[in-house]
Amino acid sequence: MSVFAFLIGALSLAAAIGVVISAKPVHSALFLMANFATLAILYVLLDAQFLAAAQVIIYAGGIVILILFVIMLIGHDPADRSQQVTWPAVASLVLGVILLASLVLQLTGRLELGGGGGIASGGSPSAVGTELFTRFLLPFEFVAILLLVALIGALIMGRRESGEPVEEPVG
Amino acid sequence: MPKLLIYLIQAVVLSLVVITGFAYLTWLERKLIARFQVRIGPNRAGPFGLLQPAADAVKAMFKEEYIPGHVDKFVYVLAPMLALAPALIVWAVIPIAKGVPAMGDVNIGFLWILAVTGVESFGVILAGWSSNNNYSLLGALRSAAQMISYEIPLGLFLVSIAMLGGTFSLVELVETPRAPWEWIWIWLAFPFFFTSILAETNRSPFDLPETENELVAGFFTEYGGMKFSMFMMAEYINMITTSTVVATLFFGGWQGPLADRYIWLGPVYLFIKVLALLFLFIWIRASISRPRFDQLMRFNWKFMIPAGLVYLTVSAVVTVFFK
Repeated sequence: MSVFAFLIGALSLAAAIGVVISAKPVHSALFLMANFATLAILYVLLDAQFLAAAQVIIYAGGIVILILFVIMLIGHDPADRSQQVTWPAVASLVLGVILLASLVLQLTGRLELGGGGGIASGGSPSAVGTELFTRFLLPFEFVAILLLVALIGALIMGRRESGEPVEEPVG
Repeated sequence: MPKLLIYLIQAVVLSLVVITGFAYLTWLERKLIARFQVRIGPNRAGPFGLLQPAADAVKAMFKEEYIPGHVDKFVYVLAPMLALAPALIVWAVIPIAKGVPAMGDVNIGFLWILAVTGVESFGVILAGWSSNNNYSLLGALRSAAQMISYEIPLGLFLVSIAMLGGTFSLVELVETPRAPWEWIWIWLAFPFFFTSILAETNRSPFDLPETENELVAGFFTEYGGMKFSMFMMAEYINMITTSTVVATLFFGGWQGPLADRYIWLGPVYLFIKVLALLFLFIWIRASISRPRFDQLMRFNWKFMIPAGLVYLTVSAVVTVFFK
């Protein structure tokens, strides 16, 4: 079991590296999907079936498809790297190092290699649902409101000003 | 590992059964469509044209595996596989007899169906993109929009049924006894659910991703030989799979007279129910013409999703007060 977990972990890491180094955005999106799928398998190994299913439904089935949709709508011009500003790369490097350091600091000492004992409260849908609707009810509802606000915001930003020419819908 | 070996054998047998089902579904569809149109249909290969699927398979396998020069090779080859695999994977959780799931009983059976149908559209989208052809791309874009949109009512009705059944496991769901009013309430959702499924499987009248009179063949314009056949297989196996899911959710799956006592009757009843639903698929294809794309989307967002939300709310109230 732990050998299998390490194998999946390695695959997941490889897919993550693939996301970053692929030249074409569609290939990156595909690697991202592979990464999400392997993460879902890891969740199953940790007895968190609900999380695994949610991972595939939301990330692989929803978000990656939206990413692909956007890439296809925008077209696939190879990005001209020389024109790009360099500060995002520097900033993301710094932030990445900070994230990695904090993760390592947090996790050292808590991690048991080869343990794989599963989650204390269980990962079945009913266990997750009970936690979500009792202990975490308030944050849960706040997230719902936040998503609604984001949705309406996107709608307003995407709306055409009156007087602008109406484009034919694609598709 | 004998357990692993058993799973492997199960998976291989299941896949072979489903793929044979695909072969004869193409025969059935051609025969039935021919009947609907007052023709005879395939009748040359074998009695009643029964060997036609075999002839088609041989033809597809021995065609040259041609890859056009302007495509993105890796994604182009990957797309048919990604289209076919989910259609087969859904089968793992469907109960085929009393207490016997096809592969394994998991406590996320419903979510499994949702998750796999979510991944299904990848094959179509990637095929359209990698073909590097405007018609293919338009087909893929339509498919992406259509599948994402119709997944929402599909999910809403699935959740409602799970809520009424009180379980996420399909094996348990079929075995849970239901009150008569519950059956009627569930059957009320059947037309909506079936409409969503027609759109999800890109079946006529919602086959806009491959409309031959405007997009050549839509997302698989650039495909030929076995890779083209794999898209066909994906479509037809999806029909079989979704019919089985519908039979399991709405019509009691393997249940029927005496199926409790004689376990082998379970698959027989399931087969009959699936066959009836497949007939419905083909009947609809022969009878109803295709809507425009904007009509399709408007129908979903302005009718199907609100209807799904109402159904979900009423189901929740009913579950709390009457169960």
